[in-house]
Amino acid sequence: MQETTEMGYNTKVEDDVVVTRLDAALNWFRKYSIWPMPMGLACCAIELMGTGASRYDISRFGMEVMRFSPRQSDVMIVAGTVTYKMALSVKRIYDQMAEPKWVIAMGACASTGGMYRSYAVLQGVDNILPVDLYVAGCPPRPEALLDALLKLQNKVQREPLLATLKKPGPALAKA
Amino acid sequence: MNALDTAKKLGDKFPEALSGPTEFRGELTLEVADPERIVEICEFAKKELGFDYLVDVSSVDNYGNDPRWTVVYLLYGIASKQYLRLVTSVSEEKSELPTVTGVWRTANWHEREIYDMMGIRFRGHPDLRRIIMWEGYPYFPLRKDFPLAGKPSEMPDVAFSKTAPLEGGPFVTSPGAKDAVEREPRVKTVET
Repeated sequence: MQETTEMGYNTKVEDDVVVTRLDAALNWFRKYSIWPMPMGLACCAIELMGTGASRYDISRFGMEVMRFSPRQSDVMIVAGTVTYKMALSVKRIYDQMAEPKWVIAMGACASTGGMYRSYAVLQGVDNILPVDLYVAGCPPRPEALLDALLKLQNKVQREPLLATLKKPGPALAKA
Repeated sequence: MNALDTAKKLGDKFPEALSGPTEFRGELTLEVADPERIVEICEFAKKELGFDYLVDVSSVDNYGNDPRWTVVYLLYGIASKQYLRLVTSVSEEKSELPTVTGVWRTANWHEREIYDMMGIRFRGHPDLRRIIMWEGYPYFPLRKDFPLAGKPSEMPDVAFSKTAPLEGGPFVTSPGAKDAVEREPRVKTVET
């Protein structure tokens, strides 16, 4: 009896193999399972709900899982006016989120304080959190928020994951 | 009995404490001379005249004039469908008047808001704490001499505030000025 060994091209294996870099693959997993933390503080939260509803279908991008627990979420969408009274609670919830984490400032108020130039309103959530994306609008359309989430996907895809794996994220790096 | 008769009836009951009623655009206002008597007047208005609903309690800062504070009570009778406004003045040195929470329980939060925003205290209030700003915030932000941009304050682990960038503002219109140029919004800052 003579045994034959297949050399070179193996059709049984090669059909199911995709060759890539490890961090590109990990980033690919990450970018299609970005779970939002809906930090709804004002009227932008209504548009955020509209984004999550059936017409705009946020689950096309794997982001429909709005988690109200910071432990289970990846991107905090700050939707609305951040008052000084609320600011430290927003910061605390951000601190409770597990790395890796991102922040989207949705709308004029979260980005800059918006029309509220007053004693009560924090002038932009970037005073307390590292913001990745700002969405313009008052409030922004659901399409604008989806565009920001797609841009966030691009950002996640480009991240040098393995190089920074053991390094702390932006929140811990400052301390 | 129409609203004017009801207001007159209240005025006749307390002739030395109440003046009015004055009518402006169909709304009736009675002025209470002595804020210390507000409780018995409100009690009579509720029990005898049927003003069973306290719509709002608010306050006015007549900055630069004496007495500085005006406290406004807006009353409504659900059965009679009549409104009545009671107005009383409090000096800045005193900044205190008796609470009407014993008459209408809803006055609780209205009076807390006035205390929070204007710094007028209500004697006998069951729970006179700040309601919108945080406990320990040092200012009363709705006073006329408080700048719109705010003042910095810091309470570690509770809250903080900074001065908001106003880019030269606040921009205030002057209604009633002669021409459009005078009326349009200009920078106006109140001396602090």
